[in-house]
Amino acid sequence: MSTETQAVEAEVKEREPLFSKKNRKLISNPLDADNPITVQVLGVCSALAVTVKLIPTLYMCISVLFVLIFSNVAISLLRNVIPGRIRIIVQLLVVASLVAVVDQVLQAFAYDVSKQLSVFVGLIITNCIIMGRLEAFALANKPGPAFLDAVGNGLGYAVILIPVAFFRELFGSGSLFGFNILGENYPGNGVMMSPVGACIVLGLLIWFQRSRNGYTEEA
Amino acid sequence: MKFLRDILDKVKPNFEKDGKLHFLHSTFDAIETFMFVPNHTTKRGAHIRDGIDLKRTMFIVIIALVPCLLFGMWNVGALHYAAQNIDSTLLENMLYGAMKVVPIIVVSYLTGLGIEFAFCQVNGHPVNEGFLVSGMLIPLIVPADIPLWMVIVATAFAVIIGKEVFGGTGMNILNPALTARVFLYIAYPVEMAGEIWVSGIKEGLVDAASGATALGVLGGKDLEAASNYSVNVMDAFMGFIPGSIGETSVLMCLIGAAILIVTGIGSWRIMLATVIGALGMGLILNAVGGNPYYDLPAYQHLLIGGFAFGAVFMATDPVSAAHTTTGKWIYGILIGVLTVLIRVFNPAYPEGIMFAILFMNVMAPLVDNYVVKANIKRRLNRVKA
Repeated sequence: MSTETQAVEAEVKEREPLFSKKNRKLISNPLDADNPITVQVLGVCSALAVTVKLIPTLYMCISVLFVLIFSNVAISLLRNVIPGRIRIIVQLLVVASLVAVVDQVLQAFAYDVSKQLSVFVGLIITNCIIMGRLEAFALANKPGPAFLDAVGNGLGYAVILIPVAFFRELFGSGSLFGFNILGENYPGNGVMMSPVGACIVLGLLIWFQRSRNGYTEEA
Repeated sequence: MKFLRDILDKVKPNFEKDGKLHFLHSTFDAIETFMFVPNHTTKRGAHIRDGIDLKRTMFIVIIALVPCLLFGMWNVGALHYAAQNIDSTLLENMLYGAMKVVPIIVVSYLTGLGIEFAFCQVNGHPVNEGFLVSGMLIPLIVPADIPLWMVIVATAFAVIIGKEVFGGTGMNILNPALTARVFLYIAYPVEMAGEIWVSGIKEGLVDAASGATALGVLGGKDLEAASNYSVNVMDAFMGFIPGSIGETSVLMCLIGAAILIVTGIGSWRIMLATVIGALGMGLILNAVGGNPYYDLPAYQHLLIGGFAFGAVFMATDPVSAAHTTTGKWIYGILIGVLTVLIRVFNPAYPEGIMFAILFMNVMAPLVDNYVVKANIKRRLNRVKA
């Protein structure tokens, strides 16, 4: 009896199931307690720049999610062969190729959105969330957890950007997804249309989040 | 009075600790201290208590604002009737102005006080008098024809984002009234610029061209109009010109300044330094020359736009201004310099004083920091010598 349980335990240690409790945390943590934008304060520039309207924001979130997943998995697979001294260059190479793919796909199938996002698609390469996850997670973990980590952080990015874009589009231009909500006579709001509005909405979201989960910055 | 006191005493137990309405105690305290002298006493130790508390400070500022307010009301009416070539009496002017201005004041106070009460209630703080002055300043720096919902949105923004998120009265980095103004300016650029300065233009009652302000013409694209333009010094000083409700009259601002300085509430250093800064920058631009705005006599910068009002009532806000004596001079001079610079060099923003004061509000703690450090360094050197 005792030998049997030991064997099972050993097997568990060798082959952890993909959705173990620890691995599920990889997805759930970035959504709230360890959110890449509101807690780690990474990738804020794109959060301010692309959130004027909901539709481009959605495309942006999907693009970042795509790039994050594939680069995280790729770097995780390559983690034992990348020489430590040139790892940043290798990471950039992988991310840049993926971003080029995303850019071309957007130009081919969603030209309007691609024009609205303009340089910010290309700037995904420099998004700190992606580089941060590659450095902090993919280089030290197996592809399975790396995949989950990428999904979690990509969704954590989206979970902040979409509410910001929601409020900015609603109060800035009185519409949602391009459909007019607040009536033709709504005069618009220049503060919400400018990045200042994103900064304020983001601040209010952080306020709301921290008053809910009691997170405080350690001094 | 006895009657009021009796009512308050009767309901008071409900709001004390363990009372069923204890959660509303901030609101009750606010109402009680509003009507009666509070009998709060120090509990232990020796404390010096000055007669000038927050409430009295705020009320003196309000009194200093009254000349601007009354003149502003009169001016709204006078400009309105004059633009239609109708002869009007003093009373008619005042009545028309009051019809325009009083609703703005009421809305501004209701919105701001409502939000302040709500925040104090939730945080368990006593309600303080912080909004009394802001609520009066906001109506004085908007055009008379502003839609009331815009006043509500701007006031709410100023109180929540400008003040409460930083911890309420006394903790704010920016002047709340100017925060409201700059919000309006950036959020609703179409409604807040152009031919809006004489009441009644929207209804088509008034010839639009008559409503241009000095800032608008001088900073505008039409160079010929700007070079032919000359500020009517007497009108600008007395305030018979279009503009926001309370800011047109330099004379009324000077009366307010005198009240603030005599009572020791406003800092004369900041006011004087702001004037020196603007004059100095104006003289430098005069020496350079080039376009009509550069050549505008330096002293006229003090008369047009909201300069006087800003320097007297906004820059001297004790919370957001610099606190050290040297810091006040630096802070004031830079406000003056920046005001003229923004006016002359940035045609997109005709009024510079609003941005100049807000910018220096942000810089004030830095200025203080360096002043204090320099002081420490000087005294250390003296010890060593």
